[in-house]
Amino acid sequence: MNYIMSFLFCGFVCVIAQLIYEYTKLTPGHITCTFVVIGAFLDLFHFYDTLVKIFHAGALLPITSFGHSLMHGAMHMTEEYGVFGLAMGMFDLTAAGISSAILFAFFVAIIFKPRS
Amino acid sequence: MSFHFSGNSVSLNNVYIESVGTTAGLLEYQGPLGTYFDKYYLDHYHGNSSYEQAEIEMLSDAIFACLNKAKLKKDDIDLYFGGDLNNQLTACYYHACHLNKPFIGLYSACATMGLALANASILLENQNINKAMACTVSHNATAERQFRYPIEYGIQRKNTSTFTATGGCAVCLSSQKNKVRISSVTLGKVVDMNQYDANDMGRAMAPAAFDTYKQHMKDLNIDGTYYDLILTGDLSNYGKSIMEKLLKDDHQKYNQYNDCGCLLYNKDQNVYQGGSGPVCSALVSFGYIYKLMLEGKYKRVLILTTGALLNPVMTNQKLSIPCVCHGYALEVSE
Repeated sequence: MNYIMSFLFCGFVCVIAQLIYEYTKLTPGHITCTFVVIGAFLDLFHFYDTLVKIFHAGALLPITSFGHSLMHGAMHMTEEYGVFGLAMGMFDLTAAGISSAILFAFFVAIIFKPRS
Repeated sequence: MSFHFSGNSVSLNNVYIESVGTTAGLLEYQGPLGTYFDKYYLDHYHGNSSYEQAEIEMLSDAIFACLNKAKLKKDDIDLYFGGDLNNQLTACYYHACHLNKPFIGLYSACATMGLALANASILLENQNINKAMACTVSHNATAERQFRYPIEYGIQRKNTSTFTATGGCAVCLSSQKNKVRISSVTLGKVVDMNQYDANDMGRAMAPAAFDTYKQHMKDLNIDGTYYDLILTGDLSNYGKSIMEKLLKDDHQKYNQYNDCGCLLYNKDQNVYQGGSGPVCSALVSFGYIYKLMLEGKYKRVLILTTGALLNPVMTNQKLSIPCVCHGYALEVSE
């Protein structure tokens, strides 16, 4: 059941993105940014956490979860350090993702050459 | 001998095509016209370390093939004219240092070949020079990076987009009599129809093509039936249907109309709406149509090279994309 729920939610997010891409003039950059912002907004009142509970990886995998993690990190630090925590904690939870993206991109770029 | 423009066009009497050289990428070679090209390459690099260097080599090979066929040396050409799609006309100027002759770099996006031929033809007609070469080159990977996204980014292409052709083309023009001549050229006006989408260039360019078509017919006082075949450069499927509609709405008569971007590839090749790039119209008209004209299948052909003068900086500033179209007519000489 978890698998099906994950598949449905993740697929739903992707379908929306694809529809926006096909029928508007927005570029992938616009779309991913919008989704990150939406994810962050959904974290208000912990709505995104509820989604994660229901859909598990289906909600954690799309880019919306990046916004959700940004928000979580920032809010967590704010509780400890006040306003400055916003900036301090922003990338706490996403640091692993960002670092590994940079690191893997670096290694892939060293090893491979684009073909066509 | 000097002459004047009638409108934006010039009728020419002693500009002849001495030889042509064409090189093509793998997809272009696998297309329906593949066997007409002098040389093809198996991948995007063909032994070079970057796409740009591969592009320079394609141009160099095309010029070499063209000179070889005419049994000429590089120094026999008085002036070289040409351009490509890169910033600062990289491919052309980096090759030009090997030519030992003045190289006049021209940019009209995908209409560069029309502009180069027009410039060369006017100097030849005036007998300022004896031999000129017009050349152009484009490479799918460098052009995509220049105007849209690098192909490494792996973007999902839009259905309306066209596919920049990979290849090089060089045409040697001379004032000595030969089988096929350039009978007239028409320089186009830059038109801006408020198109903003860099992924839908065919539709933006069709009005420019139609404008130059009408100008050509008006200046030379002929109609479309004078030509056996009328070709547009790289309007692709969408743009071609718009061009057909514009011709129909204006009650223009013509024998046969087609688009180079639609001719260069097979329907089952994954090139979206068809080919584009300066070399697209050049490969079709000089690789294919020119050879059919030598065989006598066509007598008069009008080629309207279309170019979208797209600049990514300006599209990011939300400005529209101006377009231009330069036409030239090929004729089998009597």
